Amino acid sequence: MIPAAFDYVRAGSADEAIAALATHGDEAKLLAGGHSLIPLMRFRLARPAVVVDIGRLDDLSYIRDGGDHVAIGALTRHRDVETSELVAARAGLLGEVTSHVGDPQVRHRGTLGGAVAHGDPASDIPSALIALGATLVAAGPQGSREISVDDFFSGFLETALADDEMLTEVRIPAADGARWGFEKFNRRAQDWAIVGVSAVVRAGGDVGVGLVNMHSTPVRAAAVEGALAGGASAAEAAELAAEGCEPTEDLNASVEYRQHLARVLTRRALEAAGL
Amino acid sequence: MEISVTINGATHTHDVEPRTLLVHYIRDVVGLTGTNIGCDTSSCGACTIHVNGESVKSCTMFAVQADGEDLLTIEGLADGDTLHPMQESFRQCHALQCGYCTPGMVMAAVSFLEENPNPSDREVRLGLEGNLCRCTGYHNIVKAVLHCAAGGEQ
Repeated sequence: MIPAAFDYVRAGSADEAIAALATHGDEAKLLAGGHSLIPLMRFRLARPAVVVDIGRLDDLSYIRDGGDHVAIGALTRHRDVETSELVAARAGLLGEVTSHVGDPQVRHRGTLGGAVAHGDPASDIPSALIALGATLVAAGPQGSREISVDDFFSGFLETALADDEMLTEVRIPAADGARWGFEKFNRRAQDWAIVGVSAVVRAGGDVGVGLVNMHSTPVRAAAVEGALAGGASAAEAAELAAEGCEPTEDLNASVEYRQHLARVLTRRALEAAGL
Repeated sequence: MEISVTINGATHTHDVEPRTLLVHYIRDVVGLTGTNIGCDTSSCGACTIHVNGESVKSCTMFAVQADGEDLLTIEGLADGDTLHPMQESFRQCHALQCGYCTPGMVMAAVSFLEENPNPSDREVRLGLEGNLCRCTGYHNIVKAVLHCAAGGEQ
């Protein structure tokens, strides 16, 4: 199907993109790899009046060692995250989760920042960012600010980004020597997760757990993390995985089935992470 | 907006609406109809082409995003009358039934082997997960990709 007509602005720099957003407000959408936005536009579920193309801002495509963190530019493609030796060594969970996004063609075009800024609760990557405790860097007319991943997802397809802000970088606290597990339950290859779980156990023993498609936003399994910190076993803690979540019912799963999946998959992910 | 795109080595310049999807541009404006449209949901991979050497679903790009880029479609794969080794492997292994998914399947497979020249059966299946064959002819498609990876000729 053919998207509704829009005005096309090709940004030559992040500043140009932010200026375009400031001019057009919520009429405008940023276009990075387009693999979240274009499918919505084709069905006219999204009809932005202005599309600001940031896909050529190559200076925002990078993976750098920041010492205590790994810094990844928002326009870094999934394929580059998936195959990065630096990500594998210092933020391995993110590399593995990224390899499960969509399919190879999607990963050739889709970007880390685009997937995160889209704010889809069924997206795999936010669960890894929650488990790893990422910080997101946003740039706007007043400069840059850092947002904790726990404050970033504010509603269904909504984030803490203002209308005139763009995500520029994702920072992952270095997780050298960590073990992790990622469990994605779906019925067909390339489908979205019916439920998914990212779990990471850092070398010091700290545990992070993020859930996919269990709430209106990507969500932290705080009760699981708390139980583990209090000495519970993986199996005991995993029983709390659905606590505080309000999953929806759809064609694939009832609320009760999603809660069941969250408990089972969380246990498996924790066990894969060595607990 | 005027765009200039290299497709199969030839440069094409046209004025397009920004909302024109790349697959519609390739088929309806340039006239290369080997690239098929299957699903409209970025699922089936029938519209797979190469953008700067990598497989991409051309239904999930706007033509304006391809401005200045180097594209390869199924029409540009063979060398004159000599089929590309992947096309030849598909022919030898009977890797097509109705043929609708074939152009996208071949383009995805060529890109996959460039990234992973010696794949296992399992890796081929994962590498082609973005392409659907509604004849469910997957076994021979996987066989063809492995055949091509092994050097083709028998």
